[in-house]
Amino acid sequence: MIHLLTSNWSAFISGFGWTLLSSILALFFSLIIGSLFAILEVVPNKALRIIGNVYVEIFRNIPLLVITMFFYLVIPLYIVKINGFTAGTIGLTIYTSAFIAETVRAGINSVDPGQMEAARSQGMTFWKAMRYIVLPQAFKYVIPPLGNQFVNLVKNSSVLAFVAGFDLMYQGNAIASQTFETVNTYVIVGIFYLIITLPISYYMQHLEKKLA
Amino acid sequence: MKRLKYIVLVITSLLLVFSLTACGNQSLSSQNILENDKKSKTVTWGVKADTKLLGLIDVKDGQDKGFEIDLAKAITKKMLGKDAKAKFVTVTSQSRIPLLKNGNIDAIIATMTITPDRLKTIDFSDSYFDAGQSIMVKDNSPIKKVQDLNNRTIIGVVGSNSVQNVKKFAPKARVLQLPDYAQALTALKSGQGDALTTDNVILAGMAVKNPGYKLQGKAFTTEPYGIGINKGQPEFKAAVNKALKEVQADGTYNKLIIKWFGNVPGFNYKEVLRK
Repeated sequence: MIHLLTSNWSAFISGFGWTLLSSILALFFSLIIGSLFAILEVVPNKALRIIGNVYVEIFRNIPLLVITMFFYLVIPLYIVKINGFTAGTIGLTIYTSAFIAETVRAGINSVDPGQMEAARSQGMTFWKAMRYIVLPQAFKYVIPPLGNQFVNLVKNSSVLAFVAGFDLMYQGNAIASQTFETVNTYVIVGIFYLIITLPISYYMQHLEKKLA
Repeated sequence: MKRLKYIVLVITSLLLVFSLTACGNQSLSSQNILENDKKSKTVTWGVKADTKLLGLIDVKDGQDKGFEIDLAKAITKKMLGKDAKAKFVTVTSQSRIPLLKNGNIDAIIATMTITPDRLKTIDFSDSYFDAGQSIMVKDNSPIKKVQDLNNRTIIGVVGSNSVQNVKKFAPKARVLQLPDYAQALTALKSGQGDALTTDNVILAGMAVKNPGYKLQGKAFTTEPYGIGINKGQPEFKAAVNKALKEVQADGTYNKLIIKWFGNVPGFNYKEVLRK
């Protein structure tokens, strides 16, 4: 196993790098997009609420692979050329953002409505009350489920392998099929994923303790 | 302390999985495949499901169809008698060797070239078909031969030796490896790459169904296809080789070649006929 690791070191490391980059980009953008749609789902305006609901329900209920394939194969055919890494990261972002929207919405709903009413009666606008009163409390509630989403996101990034995104899984497939050391290769790939996901788990636990 | 316990638990479970798989391999490879197959009157073949003309699952009736399928049926009958059955399991370039190793299939007949690297891991029968690697491009493509692919993107299938070969002929080409041929072809169509590379016979099968795409230039390698057999199965290998010789001697082989490749543009079936 050590020999397999050292002789394919550069492939594993580049795969690890692409997986990490894709995860970070998708995490950042899905958190922003997801929070936006979560707020859209609770605004007083009915039309905006419907838009938020439709977005979440569509992308939460389509397999990640289908979304990714759509960006990899269909979009380049008609609109603009995008490579596998970008297509995979976009798919990952959209898919995860739908779940994050649901999580954050649950957090917003669990904040006592009296908080919002009190803020409004002090003369704050809806958005100001959201920004300064409701969201800070909501995020505290949703840290554990958000941590789950982030861990899932890293694991789901293996979808990049299906669209030649050069990630860990892609390199693992290539190495396994060249060396025929299937078991060892995937054990190493699994350990590399743990290197990313375990610190996230720990950090989230730490954050939870600190804020609770 | 709690953290340490957790890490120990993770490591032990990984080791457990690892050792379990290691045991599984040993017990299966020590069984005699030929004896088992004689008892059950069945040979389980790993075949392709996405390769037109060679091994393809017909979506209309769910049947495996192609040259390799027919050849496998003929070899099975020669090996075990007229009433023997050939059972087919779908494999991909990536999964075929692991499936053979863990005993899910008895033999691989799935466009697999005999290469020195593979011979370290598995055994091969005598070659049953001589293909050659080639490229497929759009009709109006500026690419005339494989060397033109330097600094361009070429699409292949993960686990096939064509992705490793093409680097020798176009060292500066960027290679994308996709999971199977159907997806590789779709990726070529949506412009993810400039050419698709694999064996000429597989490409010819694709070109039949996809007007606007053609094989370009001559085959730049020779790819003798062999039937993949697990190591430590000399009886089974001898039986396969004997059956293959008989199939060629009685003319069945050439009949099958004409049936599947007799009318394929860009592919001269006469070059692959055997006496």
